Amino acid sequence: MPGLVLNKRLYLISALVCTFFLLSGGCTPNNPYRSEERGKNFFYTTFTEEPKTLDPARSYSSDQYALIGQILEPPVQYHYLKRPYTLVPLTTDSVPEVAYYDISGDRLPQDVSPDKVHRAVYEIRIKKGIMYQEHPAFARGPDGEPLYIGITETDIKGIWEIKDFPVTGTRELVSDDYIYQIMRLADPQLHCPILPILEKYILGLEEFSEALKRDLEEIRKARKEKAGAAYSQAIDERKNPIILDYKKHPLPGVEKVDDYTFRVILKKKYPQFVYWLAMPFFSPVPEEAVRFYKQGPMQEKNITIERFPVGTGPYRMETNNPNMEVVLIKNENYHPETYPESGDPPDRDAGLLDDAGKLLPFIEKIIFKLEKEDIPRWNKFLQGYYDNSGITSDSFDQAVTFSVEGRADLTDFIKEKDIRLITSVRPSTFYTGFNMLDPVVGGLGTDKQKLRQAISIALDYEEFIEIFANGRGIPAMNPLPPGIFGYEMEKAGLNPHVYDWDETRGRPVRKSIEEAKRLLEEAGYPGGRDREGKPLVITFDNAWTGPENSPMINWFRKRFKLMGIQLENRTTDYNRFQDKMFKGNFQFFFWGWNADYPDPENFFFLLYGPNGKVNHQGENAVNYENGEFDRLFRKMENMDNTLERMAIIREMTRILQKDAPWVWGYHPVAFVLSHGWVGNLKSNAMANNTMKYIDIDSGTRKDRRYVWNRPNFRPLVIIGIIFIAGSIPTIYTVIRRFRGGRK
Amino acid sequence: MLTYIIRRVLYAIPIILGVNILTALLFFYVNTPDDMARQIIGEKNITPEAIENWKRDHGYNLPLLLNTEEEGLSVVTQTIFFQRSAPLLWLDFGRSDRKNADINNEIRKRMWPSLAIALPIFLIGIFVNLTFAMLVAFFRGTYLDLWGVILCVVMMSVSTLFYIIGGQYVFGRVLKLFPISGYDVGVHAAKFVVLPVVIGIITAVGSGVRFYRTVFLEEIGKDYIRTARAKGLSETKVLFKHGLKNAMIPILTSVVVSIPFLFYGSLLMENFFAVPGLGSFTIEAIQAQDFAIVRSMVYLGSILYIVGLILTDISYTLVDPRIRLE
Repeated sequence: MPGLVLNKRLYLISALVCTFFLLSGGCTPNNPYRSEERGKNFFYTTFTEEPKTLDPARSYSSDQYALIGQILEPPVQYHYLKRPYTLVPLTTDSVPEVAYYDISGDRLPQDVSPDKVHRAVYEIRIKKGIMYQEHPAFARGPDGEPLYIGITETDIKGIWEIKDFPVTGTRELVSDDYIYQIMRLADPQLHCPILPILEKYILGLEEFSEALKRDLEEIRKARKEKAGAAYSQAIDERKNPIILDYKKHPLPGVEKVDDYTFRVILKKKYPQFVYWLAMPFFSPVPEEAVRFYKQGPMQEKNITIERFPVGTGPYRMETNNPNMEVVLIKNENYHPETYPESGDPPDRDAGLLDDAGKLLPFIEKIIFKLEKEDIPRWNKFLQGYYDNSGITSDSFDQAVTFSVEGRADLTDFIKEKDIRLITSVRPSTFYTGFNMLDPVVGGLGTDKQKLRQAISIALDYEEFIEIFANGRGIPAMNPLPPGIFGYEMEKAGLNPHVYDWDETRGRPVRKSIEEAKRLLEEAGYPGGRDREGKPLVITFDNAWTGPENSPMINWFRKRFKLMGIQLENRTTDYNRFQDKMFKGNFQFFFWGWNADYPDPENFFFLLYGPNGKVNHQGENAVNYENGEFDRLFRKMENMDNTLERMAIIREMTRILQKDAPWVWGYHPVAFVLSHGWVGNLKSNAMANNTMKYIDIDSGTRKDRRYVWNRPNFRPLVIIGIIFIAGSIPTIYTVIRRFRGGRK
Repeated sequence: MLTYIIRRVLYAIPIILGVNILTALLFFYVNTPDDMARQIIGEKNITPEAIENWKRDHGYNLPLLLNTEEEGLSVVTQTIFFQRSAPLLWLDFGRSDRKNADINNEIRKRMWPSLAIALPIFLIGIFVNLTFAMLVAFFRGTYLDLWGVILCVVMMSVSTLFYIIGGQYVFGRVLKLFPISGYDVGVHAAKFVVLPVVIGIITAVGSGVRFYRTVFLEEIGKDYIRTARAKGLSETKVLFKHGLKNAMIPILTSVVVSIPFLFYGSLLMENFFAVPGLGSFTIEAIQAQDFAIVRSMVYLGSILYIVGLILTDISYTLVDPRIRLE
């Protein structure tokens, strides 16, 4: 029975190899996790690069929020299930209500006109009994003094992370922690990205920030004088970090009422302020933590608040090895919070309310693995080693198919694995804009409007989305994406300068290129040439430096060429691109915006005249300035979401569509895949703390991983046999030659 | 020899100084502190004031080479060049611009994963390459030699990326024998190291075997080999005692000079296998335009190169008695 013998050998070799791998990952040797993690209630996901910072005063991007959103708790949060996005309390008793006062201190009604408001006061009452996570910053010695203040390099020998400290402590969250964090936002050493915005609203914040700047300069000057010519600011502050005394200066815009209540006082009406209270910028930071981290030996070991934030949230940082993995573990001290008991109508049928009323969080650990490349990440997701995944262009066709009606669905291969697709329109917009200060493409004259409208028609964003975003986008009619108050669907939201409404098919149809050519002719450029016969050349600035972007540039060039316009591409790195934007040294560019909060003000302000980038260093990159639009914006920005506000938005939209300072590009749609064993998944583009709602059926995951990843040693053994068999004649020849062939 | 080494180390000082000055000028002229600030502060709400604040806070508001507002020694010391580049001389790399992390600490942590991948590739790779090179040299002029060379050329022509992605697909996804990517610490790192090491060796086999084969063939054709054979020595002695020893000189040149760079890691391999080594550290810094890290790594690279050259010189004396370092 030679076949049987061979099989026996094969199995013996397989068993030996398998035994070797058993030591590391069970009989699924491709399992990247340790055997002790098998069957545990852990969530596995990925990150692509080390987050720049996790300090809540500086963090301002989604990759950072994915981590700190689970650790830190601002006063309010977005309801996980309800749409439109609704704020609900987090550490507070209720969502803070604003009280308006006139100059004489009298209370004004809620719908008061903004010009009558002298002060807007938000009183924030936090719940009692909320405890911080266990952390060495709270550890105290027998004398009651902080245990780890004044440490030396010798004291922390062998310590690399927070979990290495033998003693930890905790304490209750108090209003001082929130006040301290608001003061930190003005610390000149932190470079808080939203400080310029907050300075406009919070009473006295600008003066407070200036005072801290002066303090910092004085300290540096004194240190420099003391050290003489050898002074190096970088080395000095690394070894002896500066901690500014915030209490030295008054900040009238933040008032402590008692240990659980504080007030934020604004200089004017700003209803959107409450949304900022849901962002990590307003998370509490205990002063002990800052003093703990701001010690030379800690800095030398990279044990900083930028890597190990301290919070009251459902998770705490267990490991932060950003070169490999970040591990969040359930916070033992987390205050009782339950899964929402209500949501949108379809949520109950989707099983999203099955866990209503249960204590959060559900998962023991969240493990973020560093995965820089798309291909390994995608393959490991398919093997069940990651619980969720985005879809890259490379894997899109393998995962998603579109029906005739344009509805996205999963391919059979993916469905067989019980993988689910969750799609959601991001509160973002990608657009191409014109420099309104430019003599050729800018200005509000009818001819300039027509030129921009013609280009808007020619840039077929339906095609762009199809080619470059795999259909994951919604063509924009104005700056507002779906889900934001003011967005209107179908005919009501149509941009009449670019689209016609097809009554029979019930959908917008882009105007023809002939219409674009006609507008171009009316603008003074028949066939893409001016009156003197010179070709119209428009420069296109972008930061698409990678070779993968050249098809996009070619697409733009091709679309312009349809009208006879020459597009001169000026790709630069993002730095130079930003510099050009600041200086107004551009004609036409591609950029995008991601909303800070779900309010139309956060999109329309990108076109508000006094926010012009060149003249006012604001976020209005196209430097658009239309008196009527600006007047309506001022009226709309501080209004509640009423019918009157809707009417103003319609009017503003009408002006924008006619002036066409942007080619309204598209609103991206996120496609996220998730395995069937992941429960309670609902996309929430505004909330950062959604991991606490997620549940895992770890038993199913363990079984499926086993089935999907059984190794196949047979080809390896066969190759080995062939190699050995092939080597025998060679070895024989060599031996023969050595022995007898040549002496 | 000690005198020679001391002399070489002294010669290295002006070279290192030159590298330091050149890298500083290159980085600060090409990538101005304003560019760095814009890149690091973020994408939203960047005002000129925020850029100035960042520069002031990181000491980039100083003049580049000479500070005419200062007096005495401070004219030189209170400059970006002195504050950022002088500490490099005593290997104090400072903090990264983007993440504010201590670079020395990062290098210390990251060099071990790099070594875990690079050292086995280096050692096993030399063994495999030498073995195959000697084999094809032994069978010179036969079909085995011809097809061996053709195979080497084919293997050299294939992109490293192909080996990596193909290897991950075949061994990780289809055969499910190794984790596709990742890393762990201690003994748990073993299962993550095997696949990149195997791929690393395969990637270098083509060029390695061809190079060593050429060296061996050159030696085999020399008069002293003919003399050795003529006086009746066995083929084993001819090849291994005489041939291999003399072929070691050009081999050592290529091998020893690369030893210090093992710390540096492999840029592509580490990126694709998510190995947290120095290779990926440098790539990340380039992508993020963190020039404090890039400058440090370029500087470290130049030092390692000089160390490699000195080691090569020393190794010559071990294999060639005619060479004396004086």
